[in-house]
Amino acid sequence: MRYMSLIKIDPAGVPESGPSEELMTEMGKLIEEMTKAGVLLDTAGLAPLEQSTRVQLSGGKLTVVDGPFTEAKEFVGGYALMQCRSKEEAVEWAKRFLIIHGDQWEIATEIRAVEEPS
Amino acid sequence: MNQTDERVRRAVEAVWRIEAPRLIAGLARVLGDIGLAEDLAQDALVAALEQWPDEGVPRNPGAWLMTVGKRRAVDLIRRDQTYARKLELVGRTLDSDEPGPEPKAEAIEDDLLRLVFTACHPVLAPQARVALTLRLLGGLSTADIARAYLVAEATIAQRIVRAKRLLAQKRVPFEVPTGAQLAERLSSVLEVVYLIFNEGYSATAGDDWMRPALCEDALRLARVLSGLMPAEPEVHGLTALLEIQASRVAARATAQGSVVLLADQDRGRWNQLLIRRGFSALAKADAAAKARGEPPGPYALQAAIAASHARALTARDTDWNTIAGLYDALIVLLPTPVVALNRAVAVAQARGPAAGLALVDEVAADDALKDYHLLPAVRADLLSRLGRYDEARAELERAAPLARNRAERSLLVDRAAALPR
Repeated sequence: MRYMSLIKIDPAGVPESGPSEELMTEMGKLIEEMTKAGVLLDTAGLAPLEQSTRVQLSGGKLTVVDGPFTEAKEFVGGYALMQCRSKEEAVEWAKRFLIIHGDQWEIATEIRAVEEPS
Repeated sequence: MNQTDERVRRAVEAVWRIEAPRLIAGLARVLGDIGLAEDLAQDALVAALEQWPDEGVPRNPGAWLMTVGKRRAVDLIRRDQTYARKLELVGRTLDSDEPGPEPKAEAIEDDLLRLVFTACHPVLAPQARVALTLRLLGGLSTADIARAYLVAEATIAQRIVRAKRLLAQKRVPFEVPTGAQLAERLSSVLEVVYLIFNEGYSATAGDDWMRPALCEDALRLARVLSGLMPAEPEVHGLTALLEIQASRVAARATAQGSVVLLADQDRGRWNQLLIRRGFSALAKADAAAKARGEPPGPYALQAAIAASHARALTARDTDWNTIAGLYDALIVLLPTPVVALNRAVAVAQARGPAAGLALVDEVAADDALKDYHLLPAVRADLLSRLGRYDEARAELERAAPLARNRAERSLLVDRAAALPR
């Protein structure tokens, strides 16, 4: 089964100096470990919210709005696509990803199973 | 069991799946016996199932399990004189309850490699190697393996017990082979992973044509091997082959479960991420082979063939000349009747059905494939392209009862019915 982990960040819960060097090192180590375990299919961080664009369909009408979206309570900061035998395994990897952020971050991941053709 | 306990139990199982290989490998190095190592790892798992529901899952569950496992190892060594000599070796870091320093990543990888080569040791029958590999390296329970292979759990449990006993009896050392032995032993390892994949990709038993979970298990093992042996071209070759074959899983069966042949597959359903991963693994295989001054091996060649198909946007765009050329190279390294048959198919596409039929008849002259449904099925296809419909129908009628599962069988029957009278 494939699981998409959507990494959601609270803009008020990001350290002012951004991700620390230590976090980046730990993240690199974890990504390498997950890759070597055959679990991580793809992962990336996303460019800042200010550069984002929202394309919306409402009542059959399309609108295109450029960021920033100051009202956002949380935003998707990145994703990881994993291949795991169970959702619990995906959750365990997600815990390992979150814990390395320490206590300075307000961050969550939403784990969604990918619909597989049966 | 209440709901919270059930949740913790599933969380413990997930941790087990992630940590079991490293745990068993680390303990096996200390004890020199993978059977004992697995028993102690199991003890650690039982301890986790008892303690974590109350205390919560520890922050570093892998280190927790290793600490418990090593403590059990010390107890065992104290009880058993044959292991007393090894006490000194491990005792220093184990007498205290504090976890020792985190072992270096390279040391863990060395232990994992030893586990790979021991579980896939040629003294074991292929079935036993498969079960042991899925259990020890894949972190699957015996129940998972039994479900995947549609056999009773007791059968798998017994297979694993016997395999571990045989390794101990034959005094198979817990080590990575070196020198000339390495190549031979490596091909035994790769064969195990390929067997697992193929059982999932084209099931030999039951009504399902595929069991994708088993394909995923094999692919995961292949990726692990690529990480452990980055300089081995054929390891990357196998990974590339499996990534690309797995990319087609969604397109290989209809919603009703019947088979869709490569030429008829909806290529929009091919998984492009897996295809790209396959290309990247194939590039690594080529680079590793070049670094050694070696030509591509059999897995890399098969991966290159799969990659050629993956590059074709439609079946008509397939570069059959390249594929036929790759088969010409493959048949030298892997002169099996199945490869000869696939080569005949490629040659028929590149150089015409008559040229292909001549090669098929060479394969048919040998009895090796007399019970293999694809031989008459391929012959039927070439005969029908030459307008020899009655002969084609007779071949399909011969092929149908030989098919291994219901989905394949009905495909052959349908093709016979569709031939012009």
